[in-house]
Order: sequence, then structure tokens, then C-alpha cells
Amino acid sequence: MPEVADPDVGLDEDEFTEEDRPWVVLVWNDPINLMSYVSFVFRKLFGYSQAKADSLMLDVHEKGRAAVSNGPREKAELDVFRLHEHGLWATMEQQ
Amino acid sequence: MGLFTKRVKRLGTDRFRITLPTHEAELLRTLLPQLRGLLTTGLSENDPSLNRLFPTAYANDPELDAGYQALVRDELLEKRFASLDVIETLLAEADGGEVSGEELSAWMRAINDLRLVLGTRLDVGEDDDPSDIDPEDPEAQAWAIYHYLAMLVSVIVDALTEEL
Repeated sequence: MPEVADPDVGLDEDEFTEEDRPWVVLVWNDPINLMSYVSFVFRKLFGYSQAKADSLMLDVHEKGRAAVSNGPREKAELDVFRLHEHGLWATMEQQ
Repeated sequence: MGLFTKRVKRLGTDRFRITLPTHEAELLRTLLPQLRGLLTTGLSENDPSLNRLFPTAYANDPELDAGYQALVRDELLEKRFASLDVIETLLAEADGGEVSGEELSAWMRAINDLRLVLGTRLDVGEDDDPSDIDPEDPEAQAWAIYHYLAMLVSVIVDALTEEL
């Protein structure tokens, strides 16, 4: 996923505790949600361009999942919540 | 898709018109209260057809997920009821009408929720196609409704995308 930068690059691991490691929000493929709907939700929730939203949606569709956002735990939880509100199958895990 | 695009039309900034044939509005008036009923009773009964509406957040950590669910499940439920309120209120008055983008988004979410429940019950697979419906299948009508709802979500998405 070239769109999601590796947040660890350039950082000194020793300065960070376990809590500080960022979380990544994953959206998983499902046979029900329409491809156009999934792209639209990515654009609406994250402000992505149509091209980026389509690229993420195709990753979900073809690779089974895509990392759609990342950040501190609170932000990831909010993103997961908003994705769940829209009926997408989203989970989060610590990087 | 030509005929379907007329069902939802963007009039201008944040204004959309929904025009549904009477029998389609009637279908939604039948289905939406069923979803409301399911949301009212199904969660406490762990109805599996609601799984897709309230998914796991922490796939690798049941303890953290239990905390997340305790924190947000009621709010997620309220959001779903709020979307149902918007669509049912408008359908109670007419077969359509003018709505804002926020209201149309509520339509989209509620109709997509219907698809998720119906699709879960039908055990939809990746390759299920509307042209494959077997008229002898006892679930043929449910499949037809499922695909109709897909068309409706699709035209709503198209209209809302014009606004982005």
C-alpha cells in the first residue's frame, strides 16, 4: 500500500513506548457492499481522491483487505466506528 | 441503469430529489420496519444476521474488543435508528421528495443496512449475479429484493458522488 506511509521511518524506536506505536485501520473484502459504495465511503470519510479511493477499494476487492488509515488508537477507533456506521467490515491492529 | 438514475437526481448544491414508483416505496415501507424490529430485539438475541452491522473492531484482541463494543455499540445502534427515522419519515409522507445530502446519506446507510442483513441471510457469495436468479428458488423474491436494493444504493452513491 504505497498510499500509507510507514510511520516508523526515521523515528528512534527507543523514544517510543508500546502505547505510542500507531494503529492501522483495515477494511476487509465482503461480497455484499458494492464497489462504488466502498469507494464513495472512503472518499467521504477520509477525503481521498476518486483515484486513491478506487485504488484502496480494488485492494480490498482483489487482495482481501487494505489499510485505509492509521494513527493513534483514539483516531483509529473513530475511523473504525465511522466505517462500521457505513456497514464496512473494518478492524484495527497495532503496527 | 438509465431508468434507475431517475429515481435519485441531484438538483443543486445539497439538494436531491428522490422519486420512487409507488410499489417500490411500498416495499421499503414494508422492509424498513422489519430492520427496525431486528435492531430492537436482535442484538440481545445475538441474531447472526446483524453480525455485519456490528462487527468486531479488534480482530486480534478479544479483551480490547469487548471494551470497544461496550463503549460504542449503543451509539452505533442509535446512528442506525437515526438513519431509519429519516427514511421512514419521508416515506410516510410520500413516495419520495426533496432531501439534503445528509438525509440522502441516511437513506443510503439504511438501505445498505437492509442489504447487509438480507445478504447475510442469503449467504451471498462473491459471484452471485442478478441474472442467475432461479425463479423456482424459494428465495427468488428475496434475491430480487436484494438486487433491487443494490441498484438503489448505486444510484444514491452516483448522486452523492456528484456533490463531492
